Amino acid sequence: MTDPVLAIETSCDETAAAVVDGRRILSSIVASQAELHSVYGGVVPEVAARHHLTTVNAVVDEALREAGVSLSDIARIAVTRRPGLIGALLVGVATAKALAYATGKDLVMVDHLHGHIAAVWLEPLALDAPFVALTASGGHTRIDLVDDYAAPQLLGQTLDDAAGEAIDKGARLLGIPYPGGPGLEVLARDGDPTAFDFPVGLRGRGPSLDFSYAGVKTALLYVVRDLGEEDTTARRADLAASYQEAIVRPLADRLMRAAEIHGVPAVSIGGGVAANGRLRHLVEEGAASRGLRVAIPDRSLCTDNAAMIGAAAAFSPAIPWPRYVGEDAIATAPPGGIAA
Amino acid sequence: MAEITTHTAEQTEAIGAGIAVLLVAGDIVLLRGDLGAGKTTLVRGAARALGVEGPITSPTFTIANAYIGRIPVAHLDTWRLSDPDDEEIGLALEAIGEDGVAFVEWPDSIAAGLPEPRVSVDIEHGGGDSRLLRMTGRDPGTDRSLGELVDNLRA
Repeated sequence: MTDPVLAIETSCDETAAAVVDGRRILSSIVASQAELHSVYGGVVPEVAARHHLTTVNAVVDEALREAGVSLSDIARIAVTRRPGLIGALLVGVATAKALAYATGKDLVMVDHLHGHIAAVWLEPLALDAPFVALTASGGHTRIDLVDDYAAPQLLGQTLDDAAGEAIDKGARLLGIPYPGGPGLEVLARDGDPTAFDFPVGLRGRGPSLDFSYAGVKTALLYVVRDLGEEDTTARRADLAASYQEAIVRPLADRLMRAAEIHGVPAVSIGGGVAANGRLRHLVEEGAASRGLRVAIPDRSLCTDNAAMIGAAAAFSPAIPWPRYVGEDAIATAPPGGIAA
Repeated sequence: MAEITTHTAEQTEAIGAGIAVLLVAGDIVLLRGDLGAGKTTLVRGAARALGVEGPITSPTFTIANAYIGRIPVAHLDTWRLSDPDDEEIGLALEAIGEDGVAFVEWPDSIAAGLPEPRVSVDIEHGGGDSRLLRMTGRDPGTDRSLGELVDNLRA
């Protein structure tokens, strides 16, 4: 063991802790609140924050135990600082600061999106720069050029809705319970992705690497309204397949275009939408036909987790003890970028 | 009350820009309308007029997006909230304080806890890209300004 980092992530639904040693994941524990929130049909931030508070210590203990290390073996502590639900972030940041302060360790404050991009640095993928990275989740949709893991450069992003949000709202229109993504994917397997022609965001707008999903959501609303309840039910699988295609195909297409424009030898995907089987297939197919290496993490490293925060911590500045005591969580992402 | 039918997203943004001109620090704007009605589109126009650069994206998952223009701009969405007393909205409004303005989508679950809005906007789908916007001001002066806004855009 050389340099183990204890990482904590509480930006949204998941309470997560991990121990990462260089590129090796020694442990990665995730306590999800998805079941809790499915009762409400969505995240309840106050419930999320309280749940993090009651869970975080046990999750940290479990991460240390599974890694077979004690807190004194840990070199640094890392935590997600932004962006996310402020109440939820505060729990992780306060926990990490307290642990680091009490044990005299340095603290690394990590941008959640930097974590999603850095997930592929970990073994077994162990992807080296340069590459282009797609990050798609409920709150974010973006492509970055990673010449250097320390400083991903934004190439394109959504101009309105995030891909995961479009999936979730579309799933609601089709009567699929929260969280809608997995349900939509299962339904889509029995459907024809060409049955309905939903508008693909920003189609024909030149070489842009940006995304737009507000239009496809509205188009589904109109189709469902025009079909009526009976026909919508009868054609749910076709609707799900066509709608999913209109969302994930532009993700794969723009990622390939970004790789061509920047002449990189590899592409990666991350974020909750990267758990979507259709997207994984399209990216694999596109990369294979262009001779690109493709890094697709295990689903557990696509959805929120702390191992990716430990990975990003390797490329973020450590704040020496005890100078981080006054540092706070921040709800928003910096304009257009990632805060190292 | 003022009414106008817009036929493009750009026209809805222009209404947002016109509303932004009426706002002073501490003001709140409420937005009601179905999925895809154009609430975020209207806020995009308003935020641009307030000097915010970069994408203005949906706050559905993030609950609260904060921007810095000439004044702070908060864009809130209670779609995923079920508890009207939720602290997340309160924290976001507190962060904006008296110096900024806030736009709140799906406000009905929390409206009782909000200050009286300067403007309330209801947006209805009119088929295709057209949208019917109904805007109500807090006082006769604001209503008059909203009337002038739609007259100017029709002209």
